[in-house]
Amino acid sequence: MTTRIVELRQGILKKNDELAAGLRANYAAAGVLVLNLVSSPGTGKTAFLERTLREMKARGARVAALVGDLETDNDARRLAASGAPVRQINTHGICHLDAEMIGKHLDGWEGVALGGLDYLFIENVGNLVCPSSYDLGERIRVVLLSVTEGEDKPLKYPTMFNSADAAVITKMDIAEPCGFDRETALRNINEIRPGIRIFETSAKTGAGMEEWLGYLAEARGVVL
Amino acid sequence: MHELSIVTSVVESVTESLAAYPGSRVLAVRLRVGALASVVVESLEFCWEIAAGGTALEGSRLVVNVLPVVMHCRQCGEDVELEGVQSFRCPLCGAPCSEMRQGRELEIDSIEIDDAKEAA
Repeated sequence: MTTRIVELRQGILKKNDELAAGLRANYAAAGVLVLNLVSSPGTGKTAFLERTLREMKARGARVAALVGDLETDNDARRLAASGAPVRQINTHGICHLDAEMIGKHLDGWEGVALGGLDYLFIENVGNLVCPSSYDLGERIRVVLLSVTEGEDKPLKYPTMFNSADAAVITKMDIAEPCGFDRETALRNINEIRPGIRIFETSAKTGAGMEEWLGYLAEARGVVL
Repeated sequence: MHELSIVTSVVESVTESLAAYPGSRVLAVRLRVGALASVVVESLEFCWEIAAGGTALEGSRLVVNVLPVVMHCRQCGEDVELEGVQSFRCPLCGAPCSEMRQGRELEIDSIEIDDAKEAA
């Protein structure tokens, strides 16, 4: 028996990467800025996004959202209260969104065309592990962390924090009763992703939203 | 958490590549996995037998080569290897590093096959 080595050198998630590259090209051609929001379950992605959509709509931005969950359309209904078009993606057990799911839900989204949007937000499935491997063609990956989760979360989930372009700390209104150690949290985020933009926010009081909305406007300026 | 789907796509990709080598048997599949690829090597190995079973890859070995994180340090002007993933600072000068050179790979490197043609 003769054995030999055949070099393959191919990405395991090649199919997803190719689909994501196609999406990225479509987003760019349409001039829409796409953000992928990732966090643990319960961080407050939906509340933060709901406020973001509402405030952006009030400023005349054309915004829409895709939201991923294993089951239920509860989040889509909550987000739709902002008045922005929202579409739910149910993964039925899959722990992350992938590029194929995004493509399918963009196709045939009644009344929504990429060309008619300034911003598209994708709220990923609550999970700090698997979504980091799946490119959705987004321009900006936003990782969220709430004050109730523990300041060492970035150290525990370095893959996700290191792959993010911006970090949002949520629920700042209850930071004090939770004994949130702000300095340590900021230091840990910076240790894993040096120089990342960090926003300290509260969807309830609106704290930090001005700065976040300014960042979004600035980011889109770069795209166009 | 998604290791089974990862090894399943490895089996699919290798099966496709095997079309070019009719009659060959796969002895081993080698992967390159970055330390920041967010997969657990033990889980990949555990799932391998299940994913390969009943396919042309049944009985083959999965060999996972884990690659350390390599960052570019602007201060030193060099690519530096990190010892772990708890701090993204240059091990030489301590400067924070944000340009990754290696660490997120999730690739099929190569396969080892017994060559049916030469054997015949």
